Amino acid sequence: MAAHKIKHALFCALITLIISYPILGLNLEAQGINVTLSGADAGTLMLVFLAAVLVFLFQLFRDHIMGKVRALPFLQPSQREAMAENKRARIESWVITGIVVLALFWPFFVSRGAVDLATLVLIYIMLGLGLNVVVGLAGLLDLGYVAFYAVGAYTFALLSQYVGISFWMSLPIGACLAALFGLVLGFPVLRLRGDYLAIVTLGFGEIIRILLNNWTSLTGGPNGIGGIPEPTLFGMEFGRRVKGEGNTSFHETFGIAYSSEHKVIFLYLIALLLAVFTALVIRRLMRMPVGRAWEALREDEIAARSLGLSRTAVKLSAFTIGAFFAGFAGTVFASKQGFISPESFVFLESAIVLAIVVLGGMGSQIGVILAATAVTILPELAREFSEYRMLVFGAAMVLMMIWRPQGLMPMRRMHIELKGQE
Amino acid sequence: MLVLENVHTHYGKIEALHGVSVEVNKGEIVSLIGANGAGKTTLLMTVCGSPQASSGRVILEGRDITHEPTAQIMRSGIAIVPEGRRIFSGLTVEENLHMGGFFNTKAEIRKSQDYVYELFPRLKEREHQRAGTMSGGEQQMLAIGRALMSKPRMIILDEPSLGLAPLVIQQIFEIIGQLRDEGITVFLVEQNAHQALNLADRGYVLETGRIRLHDTGKNLLANPDVRNAYLGG
Ligand SMILES: Nc1ncnc2c1ncn2[C@@H]1O[C@H](COP(=O)(O)OP(=O)(O)OP(=O)(O)O)[C@@H](O)[C@H]1O
Ligand SMILES: [Mg+2]
Repeated sequence: MAAHKIKHALFCALITLIISYPILGLNLEAQGINVTLSGADAGTLMLVFLAAVLVFLFQLFRDHIMGKVRALPFLQPSQREAMAENKRARIESWVITGIVVLALFWPFFVSRGAVDLATLVLIYIMLGLGLNVVVGLAGLLDLGYVAFYAVGAYTFALLSQYVGISFWMSLPIGACLAALFGLVLGFPVLRLRGDYLAIVTLGFGEIIRILLNNWTSLTGGPNGIGGIPEPTLFGMEFGRRVKGEGNTSFHETFGIAYSSEHKVIFLYLIALLLAVFTALVIRRLMRMPVGRAWEALREDEIAARSLGLSRTAVKLSAFTIGAFFAGFAGTVFASKQGFISPESFVFLESAIVLAIVVLGGMGSQIGVILAATAVTILPELAREFSEYRMLVFGAAMVLMMIWRPQGLMPMRRMHIELKGQE
Repeated sequence: MLVLENVHTHYGKIEALHGVSVEVNKGEIVSLIGANGAGKTTLLMTVCGSPQASSGRVILEGRDITHEPTAQIMRSGIAIVPEGRRIFSGLTVEENLHMGGFFNTKAEIRKSQDYVYELFPRLKEREHQRAGTMSGGEQQMLAIGRALMSKPRMIILDEPSLGLAPLVIQQIFEIIGQLRDEGITVFLVEQNAHQALNLADRGYVLETGRIRLHDTGKNLLANPDVRNAYLGG
């Protein structure tokens, strides 16, 4: 064993000790008005020590271990490359259809909480698919995506509060307004690239949030807006009592007993419908010239421009379309929560959606759907560890970057064929 | 076909072209040679409108394009093979070609594609290969093929022989001659002065942002100054 390896492993173990001892081995305890520092029990210290030993051993035999791990068959994506393009596409569409059909019936057999969570998953799927256009396809790093989500949500909340507009009316308005914001943001950032673009979009996201927070007379500031109506089905409401004028109630119309589950399931179905709509529209766009233009611009801006593509038009279209679907998701979110405040639109949300896109494999739709599901559900499953949520999240990201740097389902570029055009 | 009149181009405060006048007539091959940093690429990019000339005029087929946006210029019958090829390495060969014909109908794309494959049979063999995995020579062929997809009346090439083996260079130059014979006007920038001037009807020598010499290709090849500076004596 080479001496430098031992030295390196010792160093890593030492770092582990230095980092984990203060975090896990020391506790702050409140005694009356004073805070005292006390050591953790022997068990924890033992664990910290064990972790350091583990790190030492791993680093010592790292090449050996990693070689073994890399050789595992299920970590070898390249071997599946052989499947024919059109066959793969066919299987993919069957799988998706199957999932959607399952998703249609599934809420009738599970608990209310599960349906509620699934609605949230669908909202994140919409957000992920939308941001995927901007980041995954057009290659523009947008860290303020949550701003458009907020625009959608607040549009619905404000319109329903001041004008009394329904969910269905507000859906296109919110989406279009978000798209308009996308367009407006698009202009100043056209010339920016990479990290500069990221910083400006980050700033934009914060501006929107702070604006919502401080424009108290309109948005209620940090207190948020409550009493946002639920969607109706052809004028039928899902509440116990009818609130809107001229509306009837769902359970009375059909002569069934009132159940609060109807509302949750209905909202879930709407979210499902909109998520499918989002996926289909974006899929279609990807095959259209505009989709190819996004890709060309991401691949090589100078080359794309040399072919006569307008950088302005291509970038703006990506921003606008991405923002449009965030507006969609925002409207559904506002309706689901019934109450929104600027708290819901912090930077962390942008980061989570970006994580979904990156984990999903930059550009791949199925990947985004899988990642959105995982990122939303895992924290719920691991409620006991909620303090370590971000730690687990970070660890998952690091592992992904090591084993699947291309994401869960790296985008297999669609093949554009010109058939029957003789 | 293409006329540059006393063109000045700036990068910020630095002036890279100090009043350049160049003329390319229809059906000609015109070569522009010059040392590294002379401003050759800058001159070509000025024609494409990125960066735009700060003074002087650029005229394409009688139309003043000095202040037109790049996208518009590149859609008016002119195509460029940029320095360093700049193919879309993540796309397949075929998809690269289709990007070249972005503003054409499917039927037109079909036709241009067949034409390009005829010109470069090697590309046909590698139709479904990712462009980034091809050899330098193949990539250069693809870059030229992609530029031809829009059926340009004029093609601009920025150092197509860069980093290629003599045999491949030979092949590329043959193709360029062939393009001229088919009626496409060629504006060629080269370090490889000997071959470029040999092929060219006329040539320009650019030195630190100014045109030093201008003559027929044959005369420039014979010119002692050119021989000393660009042909190694
Ligand atoms: N984007 C830019 N910003 C600032 N200066 C630039 C830029 N591009 C080129 N220059 C400068 O302009 C001058 C001319 O550069 P140009 O690339 O046109 O030379 P060239 O003749 O094409 O050289 P080469 O043969 O090496 O390609 C150089 O001094 C270069 O440093
Ligand atoms: Mg150059």
